[in-house]
Amino acid sequence: MSKPIVATTSLAGCFGCHMSLLDIDERILDLIELVEFNKSPVDDIKEFTKMCDIGIIEGGCCNSENVHVLKDFRKNCKILVSLGECAIMGGLPAMRNNIPIEECLQEAYLNGPSTKGHNPDGIMPNDEELPILLNKVYPCHEVVKIDYYLPGCPPRADLIWNALVALVTGDEMKLPYEVVKFD
Amino acid sequence: MSSNIQSIVEKYGKNETRLMDILHDVHCENGFVSDEEIKEIALLLNISKVDVEQTLTFYHFFSKNPRGKYTVYLNNSLVAKMMGRDEIAHTFEKATGTKFGTVSDDGLFGLYDTSCIGMNDQEPAAIINGIVFPKITTYRVKELVKSFRMGSSVQDMINSFGGGQNQSELIHAMVTNNLNRRGAVIFSDYTPGEGLEKLKSMSPEDVIAEVKNSNIRGRGGAGFPTGLKWDFCSKSPGDEKFVLCNADEGEPGTFKDRVILTERPSLMFEGMIIAGYAIGAKQGILYLRKEYEYLKNHLEFVLNEFREKGFLGKSILGIDGFDYDIRIQFGAGAYVCGEESALIESCEGKRGEPRNRPPFPVQVGYLNQPTIINNVESLSSVTKIISNGSVWFKSMGTKESSGTKLLSISGDLKYPGTFEVEWGMSINEMLEMAGASDVKAVQVGGPSGRLIAPNEFHRTICYEDLPTGGAMIVIGEGRSILETVMNFMDFFIDESCGSCAPCRYLTVILRNKLKKIIDGKGVSKDLEEIVHWGKQMKIANRCGLGQSAANPILTSIENFRGEYEAKIEKGKDYDTEFDLNSAIIESSRAVGRFPEA
Ligand SMILES: Cc1cc2nc3c(=O)[nH]c(=O)nc-3n(C[C@H](O)[C@H](O)[C@H](O)COP(=O)(O)O)c2cc1C
Ligand code: SF4
Ligand code: SF4
Repeated sequence: MSKPIVATTSLAGCFGCHMSLLDIDERILDLIELVEFNKSPVDDIKEFTKMCDIGIIEGGCCNSENVHVLKDFRKNCKILVSLGECAIMGGLPAMRNNIPIEECLQEAYLNGPSTKGHNPDGIMPNDEELPILLNKVYPCHEVVKIDYYLPGCPPRADLIWNALVALVTGDEMKLPYEVVKFD
Repeated sequence: MSSNIQSIVEKYGKNETRLMDILHDVHCENGFVSDEEIKEIALLLNISKVDVEQTLTFYHFFSKNPRGKYTVYLNNSLVAKMMGRDEIAHTFEKATGTKFGTVSDDGLFGLYDTSCIGMNDQEPAAIINGIVFPKITTYRVKELVKSFRMGSSVQDMINSFGGGQNQSELIHAMVTNNLNRRGAVIFSDYTPGEGLEKLKSMSPEDVIAEVKNSNIRGRGGAGFPTGLKWDFCSKSPGDEKFVLCNADEGEPGTFKDRVILTERPSLMFEGMIIAGYAIGAKQGILYLRKEYEYLKNHLEFVLNEFREKGFLGKSILGIDGFDYDIRIQFGAGAYVCGEESALIESCEGKRGEPRNRPPFPVQVGYLNQPTIINNVESLSSVTKIISNGSVWFKSMGTKESSGTKLLSISGDLKYPGTFEVEWGMSINEMLEMAGASDVKAVQVGGPSGRLIAPNEFHRTICYEDLPTGGAMIVIGEGRSILETVMNFMDFFIDESCGSCAPCRYLTVILRNKLKKIIDGKGVSKDLEEIVHWGKQMKIANRCGLGQSAANPILTSIENFRGEYEAKIEKGKDYDTEFDLNSAIIESSRAVGRFPEA
């Protein structure tokens, strides 16, 4: 049987979840034995080159590009996993959800301590090339179907490792208390 | 410092546990409590400003900002909606030129939604500056707004008096009793003092034994044996003991306590005195929902009469050492304050957040002393038990449910109102009695109870089968079950005190899922998840509110699954409802870009 193919991405996240993935230390060598990576910051493949088995998503959706990438993942991966608080709940970025987007933009570009008085034309970034912000930050499962959730901020390396191994081998996942205990 | 606030705070002995009364009085002056006043109250009570503020902001009827010279609270409960409340709301908005939740620019009108105000038998109903306007019509709304604009007082607009005591000088309310059936216990012949008279020859232990022997169980909904509760309390060690009467009547669809408070307050007060005698209390408190403030003078009058007759005060009925009095404590709009431990917190001047139990109120209650809390109807029944004997009481009802029960029946039927029936009546009989036909469902026990379908209408109203605190909402053919449940979910979301995460969040998540199904975007997995998650509510919340908040959605899925399934998208296993175009409209507008196609 050919090796299962894994893709990963970071949407509105801080890359902490990816760092945690790397935190499996020397097991990364086992991992490469076990799976093949496709589109992912880990190997810097930018576009999907084939259908993948597992897609791992860090971060929720805060702009239109995130949505496109996430939908692309859904299309190209058989199983999608939300990795970490941001993907599952929106996380820290979702703190803006209680503030109307217009106010957020004004604070950032017009009235904030570092911009006040320095943007006399009241310009807000609006280049065609720039993704446009969503009205709020969405957890991934509110945009596409997500099959599994791995909690934590970031999830522990062991949790990610156990989950991947379980997914690949089809064995039941080990979930010792320590890996899902957060305080 | 304003001398007025000083005198109010002094009136309550500079006692911080009387903060509710203090806020109530200050609020009455201007219709809100300003930051400056909050500071003054805190200073005088020697507590922090946030202590005052957190109590103030917990309750719907307290405000930190002006709510208009004429403040309209329009009921938005299910039955109000069934009776055309939305059209009334619309007319108010049009006539006053302001939206619900806001005050008009001239500061004249404030419009607010409020949860069930205990007038389900005469909806749509509103409370304007404390005065209840039942059966309000669009014509009446226009007339009211016009008159208010010309400077009429709200009192001027009282154009009729309801029957019974409602027309007495002390009440003068437009509210009607709709007491459609009198039974043998609450609304039978009664002479004030008939129960108390018996105390002369009974010891406190005798009283408790008699109440125990009657098998009466609490009428407030939970159905705990009243005698046992009193026994626990009398045996709990404490410096002082208290009797609290629960007249919060917040469960949407109940209004039977209102009729007792109007027509038989003596019966209830007598029950409170008997309870005080039984457990050795010196003080009773009637916790009265703010919605019933129109009954205040009437109730105070009865209490004064009792004092004159020697039913309250020192050495009551000449029984040496039996000193006891009753005061009225007002709530300020919070359903959760009907929960017994939240009610205690509220009486102590705090936010109405339920306590962890154990310890139970009979051990550690009001001011940390042993306390019994009983419903208005339970205490009223006790008076008759003492007066006529437990054997007489037990001769009515069923084996485990003795006596009678007041039912508040409302919704799609001919005779909405209060009915006193013996326990053991079937739902079918009840519907016939109240003139209901073509019934699709009955919500038994209000939103926190069960939504049942016709195949269960043969079941009987009693603790053995279908227990209820008395709210019966009749839902006629042609009504949408899903919309019904939606109204209940909104109610729980509004009324959750917010302490427990599942009660705070899961209610919203369940509501959103329901909305998704109503909008035709639900898939069968949504239904599965509602059932799975809804069940967690029972085990993961501290008090009855959160524990039963999923009942309407769970019991309706159980009994009306077809209605859910009809709305569910076929052949799809997932639909997030996410729409990129609408998600980017706001920021496109903010930066001046047109949404991408
Ligand atoms: C959220 C909530 C609201 C309640 N509201 C009321 C109420 O308005 N009136 C009432 O008598 N009991 C209410 N109860 C029940 C009380 O907690 C308590 O069981 C009752 O007052 C005890 O009196 P009883 O034994 O005479 O029924 C409520 C309970 C919960 C959980
Ligand atoms: S979950 Fe935590 S670690 Fe992961 S992206 Fe979000 S903030 Fe970073
Ligand atoms: S269940 Fe709800 S209302 Fe009850 S204590 Fe918890 S949060 Fe408050």
